[in-house]
Amino acid sequence: MLERLEKGMDDLRAGLNEVDCDLLVIGGGTAGPMAAYRARKKNPNAKVILLEKANVKRSGAISMGMDGLNNAVIPGHSTPEQYTKEITIANDGICDQAAVYKYAQECYSIIEELDQFGIRFQKDDNGEYDVKKVHHIGTYVLPMPNGDTVKKALYRQLRRARVLISNRYMATRLLTGKSGRAAGAIAVNTRSGEFLVIKAKAVIMCTGAAGRLGLPTSGYMYGTYENPTNSGEGYAMAYHAGAKLANLECFQINPLIKDYNGPACAYVAGPFGGYTANSKNERFIECDYWSGQMMQEFFNELQSGKGPVYLKLNHLHKDTADHIEHILHTVERPSRGRFHEQRGTKYSEQMIEMHISEIGFCSGHSASGVYVDEFARTTVPGLYAAGDMASVPHNYMLGAFTNGAIAGEHAIDFAADVDFEEFDGAAVGIEQERVLAPTKREDGIPPNQIEYKVRRLVNDYLQPPKVTAKYELCQARLAEVREDMEERMMVRDAHELMRSMEVASILDCADMAAHASLYRKESRWGLYHWRTDYPDSSDEEWKCHVLLSKQDGKMACEKKAVQPYIIPIADDEKDAYYKQRITAQA
Amino acid sequence: MPLANTPTSVPVVVDEDKCIADKGCTVCVDVCPLDVLRISDLTGKAYMKYDECWYCMPCEADCPTNAVTVNIPYLLR
Repeated sequence: MLERLEKGMDDLRAGLNEVDCDLLVIGGGTAGPMAAYRARKKNPNAKVILLEKANVKRSGAISMGMDGLNNAVIPGHSTPEQYTKEITIANDGICDQAAVYKYAQECYSIIEELDQFGIRFQKDDNGEYDVKKVHHIGTYVLPMPNGDTVKKALYRQLRRARVLISNRYMATRLLTGKSGRAAGAIAVNTRSGEFLVIKAKAVIMCTGAAGRLGLPTSGYMYGTYENPTNSGEGYAMAYHAGAKLANLECFQINPLIKDYNGPACAYVAGPFGGYTANSKNERFIECDYWSGQMMQEFFNELQSGKGPVYLKLNHLHKDTADHIEHILHTVERPSRGRFHEQRGTKYSEQMIEMHISEIGFCSGHSASGVYVDEFARTTVPGLYAAGDMASVPHNYMLGAFTNGAIAGEHAIDFAADVDFEEFDGAAVGIEQERVLAPTKREDGIPPNQIEYKVRRLVNDYLQPPKVTAKYELCQARLAEVREDMEERMMVRDAHELMRSMEVASILDCADMAAHASLYRKESRWGLYHWRTDYPDSSDEEWKCHVLLSKQDGKMACEKKAVQPYIIPIADDEKDAYYKQRITAQA
Repeated sequence: MPLANTPTSVPVVVDEDKCIADKGCTVCVDVCPLDVLRISDLTGKAYMKYDECWYCMPCEADCPTNAVTVNIPYLLR
């Protein structure tokens, strides 16, 4: 098939190049650029490659910017100890505090650095940071008035630090050496299908969430909450490289604007007096901060007959509602304004209908990620992970920046002390054969149909409440689809080839979601892991991480004890996030 | 099994009078996270080749001649 196509964009071309570097960073969204930048700052002689499936200028979750920091630990407003305690409680006790604590200690210096990059943070009349309370206990939300400039500011720094940027290359597999250490990655050009082997002394993965796992209820495959480019490659690559993944059963499920499927942004609206309400205009949860416990109450309200659930701003002064609307329609997801315009909805006049998102993996909002320690190290030596795909819970954008910086600095030191790891050269040929198999077929099933089917099955069977019998059915159906993918998937150009590689990641993530969920025989994290067959939490048996990994070619799970808390949690504090429901209505 | 062409109305629309892709501009194609825009061999102008849109808007925001409009995909409207 390769030779008969004409030259041009998307035409498949045979090709294999090899480069080497000290540090390879995969993913140029939020954590990746910061990791690459900090690595170069720390060691200006090091060769650092930043690989990006799209274009670093506009890639990742913050493609258009971000309206604020959701987890800023700022002296005078909160302490690292308070924040660590809050996130431990929000994540239902399953938290290795060392990584959260380190983030909380470092993030203020990152805010100062971002400020130097030209990103502004809101200050009050006294020149103090204007931090807002959104979480259940502490105060951590800081608006960013020019948040639409974040990606441009990052890009300037990458150019200044002379990071080597390779756009439109999608990493498909990590290379590991005979000792199990990271040795680099194999990548495919998304516009030609040509291969690139990158040998590296250390690798940092920053590939974002698995956001294309569930299917949005609109039926539009790319209308996901997460940037749909984030299709879970990091999770799949880490799995195949032998790394352990933590708490994948703690799904990401978010309260969103219905159909538009973007954030309703109670974080922005809450401090102005906006809140989540039912169809009787009543507030039913005390705290709009996203947690599994809050999502459970959201779900219960929808089931109770008091739904739909709305974002309510129409009780506020028109100027206030219009101001919130302006923020929400300018930054992060600016097409939201166009959506409401077409619907004829004004925040000052109507309540805005919300719903529950499709499921995904994303530690940025929940806790499902590749297992990392406080230095962003995975369980594979020389392999790091940061941002939405790494296991530090409730990490958001500032967590991606901070842990990206931590990963970059640690990894570049690691790389200075080691030589290139030898890897089995046959791995490249095997990967080429796997990736290119759909290009060799004259007939078959296109990747979009296989993807739709996987994601439809995810919705049908894996969305909570989690029912054991449904999960087992799902595993059987996913195995059938896997056979179709491996034996019958067909692509006609390089663009479809990229989609076919994404399908493989999505299917791996669906299998991991099912496997990890079945292993944890209790309910935890509210809606995120609500198992109808095991409706109660069992701290005795399950106050631990579940680690999933590839053992002898198959998925396996194990328990890992939660590290002893650095910041103790009192018995009367640990259930604070379960006390969300407002029982007596005013 | 032959493949069918199922039509979709695409969300990203390009004003061909304003688009300067025929003069070498590729900004919208470059910045799209999902890589769904292309330059037409026939017209020399940018167009949406793949209906795989996050309606995120870099193509519109970064276009030097304001030729690009991102609409909400029909299924979501």
